[in-house]
Amino acid sequence: MRIPVKPKPAKGPVVPPAGSDPHVLLRVISKFLIPLIALFAFYVQFHGEYGPGGGFQAGVILAVSIILYALIFGLAEAKRAFPPWLVRLGMTLGVLLYGGTGVVAWLLGGEFLNYSVLFPDPIDGQHYGIIAIELGVLTTVTSVMVAFFYAFGSRQPDIEDGDW
Amino acid sequence: MSSWFVTHGAAFIVVLPLLMAAITAVLPAVRRLAWFTALVVVSLVALVAFIVLQTQIDLGAFIYRMGGWEPPHGISLGIDAVNAPIALLIAAMGVATLVYAEPAVDSEVQRKKRAPFYAAFLLCVAGLLGMVVTGDAFNVFVFLEVSSISTYTLVAMGANRDRRALSAAFNYLILGSIGATFFVIGIGFLYAETGTLNMADMRQILANLDGGSRVAQVGFGFVLVGLGLKLAMFPLHTWLPGAYAYSPTAVTAFLASTATKAALYLLYRFMFTVFDPSFDYVAVTLTYVVTALAVIGMVFASLQALFQTDARRTLAFSSVAQVGYMLLGIGLISTLGLVGSYLHLINHAVVKGGLFLCLGAMWYRFGITRISDMAGLGKTMPITTAAFTVLAFSLIGVPFTAGFVSKVALAEAALERGWYWAVAVIMIASILALLYMGRMMMVAYFSPPPASALNSDGRVQRREAPLLMLVPMIGLAVTSVLIGVRGNVYLAEVSENAARVLLPGGGL
Amino acid sequence: MEIGLFSHFNYVVVIILMMVGLYIVFASRNLIKKLVGLSVFQTSVFLFYITLAKIAGAQPPILVKDKSTKSGYDEYSQYNEAVQTAAGGNTYYLPSTGSDILYSNPLPHVLILTAIVVGVATLAIGLALSVRIREVYQTIEMDDIERADFQYNLEGTDAATVKNAS
Repeated sequence: MRIPVKPKPAKGPVVPPAGSDPHVLLRVISKFLIPLIALFAFYVQFHGEYGPGGGFQAGVILAVSIILYALIFGLAEAKRAFPPWLVRLGMTLGVLLYGGTGVVAWLLGGEFLNYSVLFPDPIDGQHYGIIAIELGVLTTVTSVMVAFFYAFGSRQPDIEDGDW
Repeated sequence: MSSWFVTHGAAFIVVLPLLMAAITAVLPAVRRLAWFTALVVVSLVALVAFIVLQTQIDLGAFIYRMGGWEPPHGISLGIDAVNAPIALLIAAMGVATLVYAEPAVDSEVQRKKRAPFYAAFLLCVAGLLGMVVTGDAFNVFVFLEVSSISTYTLVAMGANRDRRALSAAFNYLILGSIGATFFVIGIGFLYAETGTLNMADMRQILANLDGGSRVAQVGFGFVLVGLGLKLAMFPLHTWLPGAYAYSPTAVTAFLASTATKAALYLLYRFMFTVFDPSFDYVAVTLTYVVTALAVIGMVFASLQALFQTDARRTLAFSSVAQVGYMLLGIGLISTLGLVGSYLHLINHAVVKGGLFLCLGAMWYRFGITRISDMAGLGKTMPITTAAFTVLAFSLIGVPFTAGFVSKVALAEAALERGWYWAVAVIMIASILALLYMGRMMMVAYFSPPPASALNSDGRVQRREAPLLMLVPMIGLAVTSVLIGVRGNVYLAEVSENAARVLLPGGGL
Repeated sequence: MEIGLFSHFNYVVVIILMMVGLYIVFASRNLIKKLVGLSVFQTSVFLFYITLAKIAGAQPPILVKDKSTKSGYDEYSQYNEAVQTAAGGNTYYLPSTGSDILYSNPLPHVLILTAIVVGVATLAIGLALSVRIREVYQTIEMDDIERADFQYNLEGTDAATVKNAS
């Protein structure tokens, strides 16, 4: 794998010419950090079955990576990467994934959210059931957190940057 | 198929609105689609709640094991004689309000906010039903917050009509959250004492401990205050008038008829099922604290209602006073008292819901919020005003209406205990109700309509509310009369069953 | 007294936080400060539950690898049994080994996870309302809002409402 010496300017965020950007350190470090944060979120997510973790925590961490991106590269860029319609869809899909797992258990003759009936082996059922549930939680929590940020961030501020 | 509803009905009535709320939230703003979805969902829920109630009457209480986990470890939903009727009440009032909501929300909520509005409404229904059917103490808190948080948004959506809805919603949020947090602190103490969250299990352990140590007593206090905030017990009612007066009219009707009622149901549950009046501290608190607050609230809130200029604020203060009646029934700690309290809960839900629907229709046609603006409504909106009058009589407690039945039941219970002063207070509060409701009816019938309501030839122009609004309000008015005439048949039996479950020993 | 203070250190902190939070909610007239107070109040409850869960000398409630069997915690039946016992809110010993690993009670942690989510939702709604109030009233001070509402009551109409109604 060849690492390019000079990275081509990405077509995304407008990077000011070198030297004039006071936030260059932020930009560089966050570009390094954001993927790691997202990766850590998935670690927490899939580790959640045996150790501390799970959908709630993972969802918040994943949302943090997006929010950090928005803080550094601007809200418009973040909305291009993770558009608001996707956020709304994610909120619904997560809930439906969660509830849908319960409904499938219903249809298979068990109680609501009784994962044991999902598979012939009840232990398997519990395992895959909780993974589906946690995936639903992850989707919803990520979307809701980002939705909060978008909702508050999109309001017209009446304090100018210079007033801070 | 119907047997499936019997087995799974308890979970179904909570899960269906919860999931459909998520779908409703992203529905496109096609005309009436969200409204129609919500109406179908809540109607289905009401139907299932009815089947569940009938099953409960025929076969007795039953438990639903959520996720197949056995109680007390798993979360269980329980249906018994106490909560089945209240679940049906909530669902039925949801249907009535939603039928009314179509024209009302069209005029009060912006177009793009309508789908979220109905989503929040469904969430609120799901939360209230969850509070009522669950048998797990912490689960109660979760559903309490589901319904409360959706209520805050619903109240705030009245901002399109009156900006005071925002500050009212904020006050409600602060006090409601404090109430819920107090409640959850109480649950924490009870958990520390008993090591379980299942309410039936808690009862057993507390009974074995003969009421438990001071930890349980502290838990009791926190639960009482938390629920008191939620159900607008007299000194903790300050959030209520604002929230009722400025939220969208459909929301007011729904809140007035269900939210405080579900919280009151929880108070029954905790005072009589989890705790037991045979414990000293419970009996003393109910007799001397709850009763005292109930009585003060009945008189004081009625007086406050008398001095309001805003019609909806009047009815809101009246709600606080009516909660006093229900608390008085609890404070009596007797089967008769609970029967009266339970009857009054159901009657008041029907009556107050109907009254707020009538006021909403008046706002819809003429933008009326103040009592003085109600002049001439008897001529311009005769059917609405007639329904309003019937319901107002019911609130006052005129014979052959719902209010009479429950007030007589409460008075009988007070006499049984020898509390003659309580009967006097019931009378005084009813007379005050006559004054504040009479004031509105006087204006509506005997003041001439304003010039704007007249035709060019000087005759009064009738501008009746649309059909979708008239149907639920007439339905509720007729129901209240039916309860008054025939209430001793069906409803009395339901209330007696509930009271017997709550107080198997018959009280003090 | 001194012993009580230190042996119940967490509870002392819980009570202090609770009182501080409640005081801020009731004493401050600024919407954001009220929300801060509310959050502190709720946080004290989280701490309270977590304190209840702690058992002296016990492990965090994470299954420790069972050294005596090769498979460790991959034994599904053991794992499930342990989870079921844990759901009862009791401390438990891993059934297979008879080893006496004492776990703290995991149930309050789960409850508090839910309560935290509820708290976040409440805070978000509260902040959203504050933003809307600021847009409509141009202030987030309770006193100013009440004064504006009082004025509104007197006049019956308000230009600001009409302007912001759209």
